[in-house]
Amino acid sequence: MALLQIAEPGQSPEPHKRKLAVGIDLGTTNSLVAAVRSGESTTLPDEGGSHLLPSVVRYTEQGVVVGQAALSKASVDPFNTIVSVKRLMGRGVDDLKGLEGEAVYRFTEHEGGMPYLQTVAGDKSPVEVSAEILRTLKARARASLEGELEGAVITVPAYFDDAQRQATKDAAQLAGIKVLRLLNEPTAAAVAYGLDKAAEGVIAVYDLGGGTFDISILRLNKGVFEVLATGGDSALGGDDFDLALAGWFLEQLGGKEVVAGESRYLTEKARWVKEKLTDNPAVTVDLDHAGQKISLDVSRTLFDDLVEPLVSKTIRACRRTLKDAGVAIGEVQDVVMVGGSTRVPAVRSRVESFFERAPRIDIDPDRVVAVGAAIQADVLAGNKPDSEMLLLDVLPLSLGLETMGGLAEKVIHRNTSIPVARAQEFTTYQDGQTAMMIHVVQGERELVDDCRSLAQFVLRGIPPMAAGAAKIRVAFQVDADGLLGVSAKELSTGVESEIQVKPSYGLDDNEIAEMLKASYSFAEDDMALRNLREQQVEADRLLVSLEQAMLTDGEQLLTPEEEEHLREQMAILQALRNGSDASAIEQGVSVLSQASDFFAARRMDQSIKNALKGHSIQEIEGES
Amino acid sequence: MMDITQNYFEFLALPVTYQLDLQALSERSRELQKTLHPDRFSHLSDRERRLSVQYTAYLNEAVSTLKNPLSRAQYLLKLEGFDTFSESQRQLDPMFLMQQMELRESLAEISATSDPAAELDALRATVEQEQASLREQFDKYYQQSTPSSFEAAAVCVRKMQFFDKLGREIEALEDQLFDE
Repeated sequence: MALLQIAEPGQSPEPHKRKLAVGIDLGTTNSLVAAVRSGESTTLPDEGGSHLLPSVVRYTEQGVVVGQAALSKASVDPFNTIVSVKRLMGRGVDDLKGLEGEAVYRFTEHEGGMPYLQTVAGDKSPVEVSAEILRTLKARARASLEGELEGAVITVPAYFDDAQRQATKDAAQLAGIKVLRLLNEPTAAAVAYGLDKAAEGVIAVYDLGGGTFDISILRLNKGVFEVLATGGDSALGGDDFDLALAGWFLEQLGGKEVVAGESRYLTEKARWVKEKLTDNPAVTVDLDHAGQKISLDVSRTLFDDLVEPLVSKTIRACRRTLKDAGVAIGEVQDVVMVGGSTRVPAVRSRVESFFERAPRIDIDPDRVVAVGAAIQADVLAGNKPDSEMLLLDVLPLSLGLETMGGLAEKVIHRNTSIPVARAQEFTTYQDGQTAMMIHVVQGERELVDDCRSLAQFVLRGIPPMAAGAAKIRVAFQVDADGLLGVSAKELSTGVESEIQVKPSYGLDDNEIAEMLKASYSFAEDDMALRNLREQQVEADRLLVSLEQAMLTDGEQLLTPEEEEHLREQMAILQALRNGSDASAIEQGVSVLSQASDFFAARRMDQSIKNALKGHSIQEIEGES
Repeated sequence: MMDITQNYFEFLALPVTYQLDLQALSERSRELQKTLHPDRFSHLSDRERRLSVQYTAYLNEAVSTLKNPLSRAQYLLKLEGFDTFSESQRQLDPMFLMQQMELRESLAEISATSDPAAELDALRATVEQEQASLREQFDKYYQQSTPSSFEAAAVCVRKMQFFDKLGREIEALEDQLFDE
């Protein structure tokens, strides 16, 4: 049967064009891009047919190489070949000292304590390295989908803190990708499973990737995926299994010091053994190390013993997270396995015995996250207006402020549903104090030093008062991506200070702008044209959504005068939009947005009333 | 125009009562999330997205406050003009404080006992029982709805706060004892 294309009045006159949106799994070891095509979400292969892009970037004097070609040079050119860059995202130089055996790179500390990697192509921040991977995936998507991307849903480990999320978003910006949403990896996996099976009930997602571990407990109900609690370790993954085995190799070799290329040689061998052991009870490996050639037998039992402490750590996190979710083991209806490291038999059997049920592995654990992200991207791009699907996430780690004595006072506790806004009042502790340092931290520990420092700023201009007399209100707002904004205000005078939290080790907006400029190989004109195009898209977006809103609700919610006024304003923006002055369009968008704000608020109220229609209080009381 | 400072019960179209139907609360919350969540506005203008973040944050706050029996009690009292959220220590009767001290002592000694798991469970059961009876008392005073009964309800809330804290310490000790 031929379906008629029925265009809604007010929408663009051209036949409804499907917007291209993709899901990107930016992994520690491998990255993938997926899209919904003909109603099905699938990962996109490169021209050689491979879906997994090794998350490896090699800098050479001739240019940048990403993926398999870079990976093959990892041990011969270790300093210029960056692997597992995800482990460096949002981290400071001090954090990296903990990555023993892995700190093979040469770091330069830049302003703000952010580590840059020294390469033949100059110093590179982890954000720039990640952006290279994203660019490659974007190019792949453009080639196979044949069109411009509307945007992408990019996945992050649920346990990523604010600094790591912000770094990921910065990398996307650098790669010229509009982020529709940062989505937690376990939630993405749940979507991939949930939609297939139309599941209802409580599920657990155990996600062990190359460098990160997440456990999430979700409740599924009529298309709503509600995360009840999440936990994990953003520095624990399959790489650590490799390191444990490589450490054992080294012991057998006499425990000599290793240099960068050799340590990578051993971890690569270890990874090979680990993968072989998935299907074989024992493997023989030949090592040619520092002039020594030996052959070693590795049994699965030996390997299991080596990784046992790591696996136990994940099981402890599962127990704690179930408790946080207020869910008993028996209530969990399904356990979903995600991430390449869940192929390790010891992992599967421990998970099975803990949850008392066989885990689900029917979707390829390497691809399931990207597949789920693409489904969400399709919905967010507006391709499925009738979709009931909604993903509700939580804050993975508590947010707080430093108080007297280096203590961290929690303002928002972990596992709070997001978006969330919360404020706390503080006071001065010295007579006549006129400024106050606001130090924002994230983590569960009591001491500020044990938490992650996210940002510091100073609220100035507090009128001199006796200690304890000033009232300073610090407000936190976390959006649906899990990103934080903070503002502080002295209540008696209204002195205000607001920042979009940029992680202490992050890039500031100027740095990003500079990098963006540097990455454009085309002329200035192209930049201007691109900017104009972006502003036009923004104007269209606003005009179309307003037009639609007026058609559905205008008569009911606007007086004739208001409607006429809005129409005039819309005509002004339309005229600007058809011109070629990007900054005039930008201003026009902001003017019209403000002018239509009251209408948006009325519509929101209207929809709340509609959502609750039929639930009058009397009726509810009558029921009980 | 809807004001997001209106009270949580009205916002969720639920009756103002301590004996809240938690099933109805989560259903109502889900319905509103489907309307208000920022993901519903991702292809619309910035303004609408920001507005939706504010509304959803308010919704989440409302739901988490009403879901928890202690904060729900505190919230009901606040609506009556009794703010127990931000008050500093108030006097409680010596008998109660004595009992708290004893409970705390037994918590401190648990790790040295021969069967810490069983002791912990027993202590938890005591705490849960006390909490249940305080909730019942609170509801009774709250429903009487006189200035002096609200005062009595506020005393219940202060006691609940003690048990709530003790409950969290039991959980923390359990993590410590059985996680390693």
